[in-house]
Amino acid sequence: MIERRPGLDLLSHLILLLGVSIVAFPLYLTFVASTQTAEQISRSIPMSMVPGNNFLESYRLALFGGETSLGSKVPAVWPMMQTSLISALVISIGKIAISLLSAFALVYFRFPFRNFFFWMIFITLMLPVEVRISPTYEVVSNLGMLNTYAGLTVPLIASATATFLLRQFFLTVPDELVEAARMDGASPMRFFKDILLPLSATNIAALFVIQFIYGWNQYLWPLLVTTNEDMYPIVMGIKRMLAGEAYTEWNVVMATAILAMLPPALVVILMQKWFVKGLVDTEK
Amino acid sequence: MASITLQNIVKEYGTGAKAVPVIHNLNAQINDGEFVVIVGPSGCGKSTLLRMVAGLEEVTGGHISIGNRIVNDLEPAERDIAMVFQNYALYPHMSVFENMAYGLKIAKVSMADIQTRVDKAAGILELRNLLQRKPRELSGGQRQRVAMGRAIVRQPQVFLFDEPLSNLDAKLRAQTRLEIQKLHRELGITSLFVTHDQVEAMTLAQRMIVMNAGVMEQFGTPEEVYNRPASTFVASFIGSPPMNLLKQAPGLIAGQILGIRPEHLELSKQGWEMRVDTVELLGAERLVHAHLGNEVLTLRLDASMTAPKAGELFHAMPKAGCVHHFNAETGKRL
Repeated sequence: MIERRPGLDLLSHLILLLGVSIVAFPLYLTFVASTQTAEQISRSIPMSMVPGNNFLESYRLALFGGETSLGSKVPAVWPMMQTSLISALVISIGKIAISLLSAFALVYFRFPFRNFFFWMIFITLMLPVEVRISPTYEVVSNLGMLNTYAGLTVPLIASATATFLLRQFFLTVPDELVEAARMDGASPMRFFKDILLPLSATNIAALFVIQFIYGWNQYLWPLLVTTNEDMYPIVMGIKRMLAGEAYTEWNVVMATAILAMLPPALVVILMQKWFVKGLVDTEK
Repeated sequence: MASITLQNIVKEYGTGAKAVPVIHNLNAQINDGEFVVIVGPSGCGKSTLLRMVAGLEEVTGGHISIGNRIVNDLEPAERDIAMVFQNYALYPHMSVFENMAYGLKIAKVSMADIQTRVDKAAGILELRNLLQRKPRELSGGQRQRVAMGRAIVRQPQVFLFDEPLSNLDAKLRAQTRLEIQKLHRELGITSLFVTHDQVEAMTLAQRMIVMNAGVMEQFGTPEEVYNRPASTFVASFIGSPPMNLLKQAPGLIAGQILGIRPEHLELSKQGWEMRVDTVELLGAERLVHAHLGNEVLTLRLDASMTAPKAGELFHAMPKAGCVHHFNAETGKRL
């Protein structure tokens, strides 16, 4: 496609614009709805596409909870965001730490049944959380971890995907580097810390972004292991607002949705440079 | 500084019945301060031998001693050696300084001491103004020098080189060869240098080990190896073009092989009658490929001499005292 034809340019821009609007429209709708009052949303059909003037009130209500103009109670989202943030951070950092160590063991140490372990990890790649959810629930509840951060995060930490990705990366690190480190007298953990970790920095960044979003977006698992409102993550909070009261405060729901989208978006934007680097090139 | 003793060295990959022998019962004594080159075709076990001395490969049988210590079971870092790798193996995320200092830092050398040692090595290798660069910002030759610098700062008993010049272009290779020689003269550290390039071997070695299929064929000075090759393998491996090895020649006893270097054949009035196949001009000299009966041989003649043309018959004789006899069965020198 090296041809230069204005018609072609126009067409490709049209297609791109179409794509952008399909993705962006629901976001815009959410935002517009969050700036109107509940009455405005329910009365005007179809909904107005112009932002309203209820922005501050909607977000204040969503963040800190309270009574709406119609008299229904709204739970505060701020503590839910904290719960979500803590679990997402624990899940992503825990996953990366565990995966780094297990990939390190799989690549650099010779021990009996090494391949067996690798395949066991690899096979679990094919089993999503949902498949093993009842036995996992049983274990977590027997250990008394319901309604705790441990219960929310630990079962999600073991990660076949991250282990596999890091293993593949470690395999591309030249053997001579290991040998040079041995000649320099570096112990295995020293080699891991001084050489392997800095080299996998971009990979770790990419993994962090992916795993943070994964942890943030967890819905089914928190639904099972939390019964206490203090431990609800924000994704569950949105769902509860829809089903909870007889009358749905759409502006608050939409404000909550926007709030729920912000942290993952921030993580992606802040780590974008590293993220792309980690997925695209490996510097050796 | 120290000598290296290799005693009945055996290396096998795998165990039991499936074991594949790579090195067969090798013995050698490398003297203190000597520069020894191990040369051989690929797969002859030369790199394996070096890596066993380095401690990166386990020794199946025999003893390796550095100085008076048997080092078979010592970790590489405890052997008081330093190695320069083929691909240099520089740590990509560390600066030149950090690369050179890393081993010392682990050995808990004081920072002031590290500074002076690295500075001294950088001075010798002309790396002083590159110390803050990362390896990817260096040229191939500079990386090579950093790899050597990393070896020098450790002030080891023994230097090990694993084909360190093979990633350089021809000009740089010749230049680095000279630098390594100079370095060895200055530091006088016992060195083992592995290469598959016979020119490198001839120019660098004080003594050289010629290996073939896991066996040490000859251990001697470059002059000895070139002038008195111990076997037909050494004769054909060292020297370019290789020595002519004739199974049949006038006056040759059955069961013997006659070896004559191409430069030791001279045109003459009488003597062996040959027919020219092709003639190659290499500038200063001319290579004449010819047939003697069924045998093919090569002559190296001065370019200023009038050489026979392709298809012509001519006469040539080996120079007196410049013929080698080998046992046809074992290939050993007689």
